[in-house]
Amino acid sequence: MKKLMALFLAAAMMLSMTACGSSEPAAEGGSTETEKVLFIGGTGPLTGDYATYGTSVKQGAELAAEEINADGGFADGWTVKVRVEDDQADGAQAVQAYATLFDDGMDVTLGGTTSGACIAITEEAVKDNMLLLTPSGSQLECTQYDNCFRVCFEDSAQGLYAANFIKDNAVAEKVAIIYDKSNDYSNGLRNSFVATAAENGLEIVADEAFTNQSNTDFSVQLQAVKESGADLLFLPIYAQEAAYIITQADKAGLDVTFFGCDGLDGILEKIGQDNLPLAEGVMLLTPFAADSETEPTKSFTAAYKAKYGATPDQFAADAYDAVYAIIAAFEKAGVTPEDEGFNQAMIDAMLEIEVVGTTGTMRWDASGEPDKNATAVVIVDGVYVSYDNVK
Amino acid sequence: MSFLSNLISGLSLGSIYALIALGYTMVYGIAKMLNFAHGDVIMVGAFTVIVAVNSMGLPAVLGIVLSVLICVVMGVTIERIAYKPLRSSPPLSVLITAIGVSYFLQSLALIIFGSTQKSFPKVFNMEPVHLGELTIKGESIETLVVTTAIMIGLTLFINKTKMGKAMRAVSEDRAAAELMGISVNKTITVTFAIGSALASVAGLFFGATYGFIGPYTGSMPGIKAFVAAVFGGIGSIPGAMLGGILLGVIENLAKAYISTELSDAIVFGVLVLVLCLKPTGLLGKKINEKV
Repeated sequence: MKKLMALFLAAAMMLSMTACGSSEPAAEGGSTETEKVLFIGGTGPLTGDYATYGTSVKQGAELAAEEINADGGFADGWTVKVRVEDDQADGAQAVQAYATLFDDGMDVTLGGTTSGACIAITEEAVKDNMLLLTPSGSQLECTQYDNCFRVCFEDSAQGLYAANFIKDNAVAEKVAIIYDKSNDYSNGLRNSFVATAAENGLEIVADEAFTNQSNTDFSVQLQAVKESGADLLFLPIYAQEAAYIITQADKAGLDVTFFGCDGLDGILEKIGQDNLPLAEGVMLLTPFAADSETEPTKSFTAAYKAKYGATPDQFAADAYDAVYAIIAAFEKAGVTPEDEGFNQAMIDAMLEIEVVGTTGTMRWDASGEPDKNATAVVIVDGVYVSYDNVK
Repeated sequence: MSFLSNLISGLSLGSIYALIALGYTMVYGIAKMLNFAHGDVIMVGAFTVIVAVNSMGLPAVLGIVLSVLICVVMGVTIERIAYKPLRSSPPLSVLITAIGVSYFLQSLALIIFGSTQKSFPKVFNMEPVHLGELTIKGESIETLVVTTAIMIGLTLFINKTKMGKAMRAVSEDRAAAELMGISVNKTITVTFAIGSALASVAGLFFGATYGFIGPYTGSMPGIKAFVAAVFGGIGSIPGAMLGGILLGVIENLAKAYISTELSDAIVFGVLVLVLCLKPTGLLGKKINEKV
């Protein structure tokens, strides 16, 4: 299965490369008046440990472009071209890839897929004053400049949404937290979760930490959670540590609901075949649920499955929405890349558009953060199901 | 209740440290070298079980036996190839070689198995035991029972058998032992074999207790076990047992009642304190340098 997948991905990559190659001469010097092609470029890890993220972004963005072009384009005969380069989640390589794309005539950038790479690109994009809309760079600094926007939630916003979601839906009354004190992402989520809980009255009964030096043995933390009588354990951490915690909680006889954020995406792969039943009931805060019955999510999931043979994840959905948002901004701005002030017009247009995407209905403010609703998915029979459908 | 529970998980963790520390201390006592690759042997042992049970579909018992065998062969081979040629070199050369072997094993595992941690098969299917409010993990009980049995066996082996006597003799005075007709090479080989076998058992319990194994899984327990060996008095077998168990208990109680982030600092702080008061460790013998 894995081999098949790898073969498939390799084939997909080669195909897309040849596609890029052949379209290169046409797009020489960016989009010209006669060509009317909007060139969106992005970077992401297509190889290495984080390859799944970059691959999802690439596929999601390319699917969106394909659909738009098949529908006859936009804004009076314009078509869109998407190219995602490999950055191996590395800042230096991301900047290099950005420069290559820029030289090839990129009009708008998706920035980086991972936060570190994306932050490196913001430093370049701000000099060019180019509109940057990252699908998945969640760290605060990914939108540090006025030209930077994102589709996903910012890290600390996730803590806020998570605490509110648990409270509003009465998922649990007593909440325990285990977080990674040596990790920025985890600290950010935990701090905003605790602050929000203090406001909305969610009771936190245990708040336990670990560090990257002690991330295998969780017996003490789990014992404290057990003693606290919590009925939900909030895990603002990555999937590997969560896999340790969920399997050890089972052995320690701890019976709670596990609740995580985007870092927990991938828990099904990390926890291993033997332990799959333990992941049942694990909840994830996410703006995207592939099984949603609402549009455009339903048709996106169907099209993605048909094209790539896999269920789309959050990254693919974010990238898909990013391309549609850029098109919306382009139509709103009513300028072409040749026009003086194209970049600034695009950036200004971002503040005015409203996009109904697969990850919710989004509007952006000057901080670059999307305003949209978070929902949760629950793992049932080894797949993510919308919380609304389980309830 | 929570104190008892933390104490038991500390004992279980300490037993794993003790099993690894035994390998350190025996090798140090007999070959007079610090085998820093020792921690990575537990990773190799655990991966062997994963491959045997998950990929080859062998029964768990066979997987365990295979794991012990492979670790023994590997331990002895490492000694032959990497350490034996350096036996008369300065201790620093051997130490650096050992660190090299450690990196070699980690990188090899990284190439073969990738960076993703693999879930450890359920080789012991023991349900948690409930005593009133107290829940004891099945793995903790198994770890404690097996470790105790191994320690008793090892003590008997060292004190009652001819090979054990030879080991004690080599550890006391290598040259004199050789003059008495004891094969030093053979003794050192047996020491590495036993140390590696114990490490593979430790790997087994580590995997069963914590659930996942990656290429770097062995390094942190390896360092902790080395500390345990020094804590108990390096070269002393009862010292390694005591040091390992104390270290595990202190670590867990410090985590539970002082701070999870400071637990390692506290463990090392206790080590410094002990070494200040008793430079040879808890049960270490005072060595009079012969001039």
